[in-house]
Amino acid sequence: MLVQPDPTFYPSPREAMRGPRERLAYVALLDAGGGGRPDGLATVDLDPDSPGYGTIVHVHDASVPGDEFHHFGWNVCSAALCPYAPHPHVERRYLVVPGLRSSRIYVFDVKDDPRTPKLVKTIEPETVIERTGYSRPHTVHCGTDAIYVSALGDADGDAPGGVFMLDHDTFEPLGRWEVDRGPQRLHYDFWWHLGHDTMLTSEWGTPNMIEAGPDLDLLVNRRYGHRLHVWDLRRRVHLQEIDLGDEHQMALELRPAHDPTKTYGFVNTVINAEDLSASVFTWYLDDGVWRAKKTVTVPAEPAPPDLLPEPLRQFGAVPPLVTDISLTLDDRFLLISAWGTGELLAYDVSDPFHPKKTGSVRLGGIAGRAAHPAVPGRPLNGGPQMVETSRDGRRAYFTNSLYRTWDEVFYPSGISGWMVRADLGEDGSLALDPAFFVDFAADGRRAHQIRLQGGDASSDSYCFP
Amino acid sequence: MTWDLTSLLLLAGLGAFHGLNPAMGWLFAVALGLQERSRAAVLRALPPIVLGHAGSVLVTLGLVTLARLAVPPRPVAYAVAALVCGFGVHKLLRRRHPRWVGMRVTSRQLAGWSFLMASAHGAGLMLLPVTLRAGDTAALALTTEAVTATAVHTAAMLAVMTLLAVIVYERLGVAVLRKAWFNLDLVWAVALIVAGGALALTA
Repeated sequence: MLVQPDPTFYPSPREAMRGPRERLAYVALLDAGGGGRPDGLATVDLDPDSPGYGTIVHVHDASVPGDEFHHFGWNVCSAALCPYAPHPHVERRYLVVPGLRSSRIYVFDVKDDPRTPKLVKTIEPETVIERTGYSRPHTVHCGTDAIYVSALGDADGDAPGGVFMLDHDTFEPLGRWEVDRGPQRLHYDFWWHLGHDTMLTSEWGTPNMIEAGPDLDLLVNRRYGHRLHVWDLRRRVHLQEIDLGDEHQMALELRPAHDPTKTYGFVNTVINAEDLSASVFTWYLDDGVWRAKKTVTVPAEPAPPDLLPEPLRQFGAVPPLVTDISLTLDDRFLLISAWGTGELLAYDVSDPFHPKKTGSVRLGGIAGRAAHPAVPGRPLNGGPQMVETSRDGRRAYFTNSLYRTWDEVFYPSGISGWMVRADLGEDGSLALDPAFFVDFAADGRRAHQIRLQGGDASSDSYCFP
Repeated sequence: MTWDLTSLLLLAGLGAFHGLNPAMGWLFAVALGLQERSRAAVLRALPPIVLGHAGSVLVTLGLVTLARLAVPPRPVAYAVAALVCGFGVHKLLRRRHPRWVGMRVTSRQLAGWSFLMASAHGAGLMLLPVTLRAGDTAALALTTEAVTATAVHTAAMLAVMTLLAVIVYERLGVAVLRKAWFNLDLVWAVALIVAGGALALTA
């Protein structure tokens, strides 16, 4: 128990931007070797004044193999300052790390030695499934009253997927969140507009639709998710469905404006079944009705068939595969990961309905294999995927693995993990830091989600503008 | 019935103390004001919050008033002492925060929320040892006593809350919370135990 609020809690996104610079990152590592090696949680040094800058300082292995670590999160965050359920003297010290494949959830304590997380609790898959009816936990968000976790499916790997809660003191699963899910079946991400008591959820596919790898039949027949769902966060009921159009397959990451008075946000769709492009939609509240509008399109890029993996050869083009987006805390810039073409794009979204492209860097890519300035001669595989922006909005860190069975299809030679940093200029330009290239080749595992010590642009939500 | 100055000061002081606590309502008023970008929204939120708080205090005092009409003073004093002490111990052992409503609230919900927060905090309980200082037993005197005690407590709370809400909204900004929101849970729990103990000893 603290005497003053946890120093990493900020009442508003504006205050968070003035906080101290990040010194450490926690990175989920995925074993793809299949030799019975567990996944891991790596700690990476981000302090440019430290001799270890840009190196892995520690890796904590999971207890058993086969978890597939994905999007983890904190036990509490700035939402603890929300005036209707305040608990400002709880500490941000636990990382809640779900295994997307195993349904196991690990809780790590990073307080005593932030470089060396300590495993303090494991919630076994049977407990998660028995208490919540869900499996395949995916995204973790610290809420105002509990830890919220999304799950892709039910116990059998079918629909519906949804959201469940963990007690933020004991980490025990509290059961499913929805009181009335209406027509919602598919699930992926969730986040909220705290100022409006509204939650949004997105759609990928059920575990049975994705675990064996991307299914071309499902894609061609437009069976993957393409809707957003709007919920009453207090009453936990489904309010509205927004169909983005069934050609826009897989609606993934939800990035609501951080300012709680605003009522818009951004979501990416991975692939257009008609022309292989990818899109970003802006959702917004229009006179009591939530709507969405396509505001960014990233086109497919033609490429010689011999550079392409089997399923793409017939098209002679690389789909951009936009798989993650990140919104700076001032709601000004949106970073877009094009994992297929190997590009990180920056857009000025001050006007959320008319994003303007301001920057781009290329790294990896299915056909491009662009190299990093730190190792100029080495073609990289994978592409910008999980992207995380610093609190001050000046630095973006990103890694290159998506999901094991999908990695193998788009990058059949196997992904060699890396994590890099790009600096985001005041004008929205992007430039790779030539001194920051974290190579996971020696470890052998693949890097996925990044969390920055003390919070980042997708870890906290705020009740004050 | 007469209140001595010490009792009045104690009642007002406790009101001011609750008014200072961000979790008791002024912060909610500021948040609602910031959400609508309007000082009027800040001020509009204060009366329901104060009424909810007063309601919680009045219910606590009212129940004890009823007990005092039916039961001799000493057993009442001992029971109240045990209740106040017990609640303090409970606050020491279980540190849970109430969770209800969200940012879109009606005045009625705001009052209900404040009632809950005050009750969970044991706001009225702390006043009991003070009100028991007056030795009246007549129904009218006791009722007047409960109402006056609530009124004094609430007026002090309203004054402090209004002042703070306006200053934070207009001048300081909510960033002040990061340093100035002190954790008084432990102090409050110990204060309850001490107040209950003192009551038992003087009964």
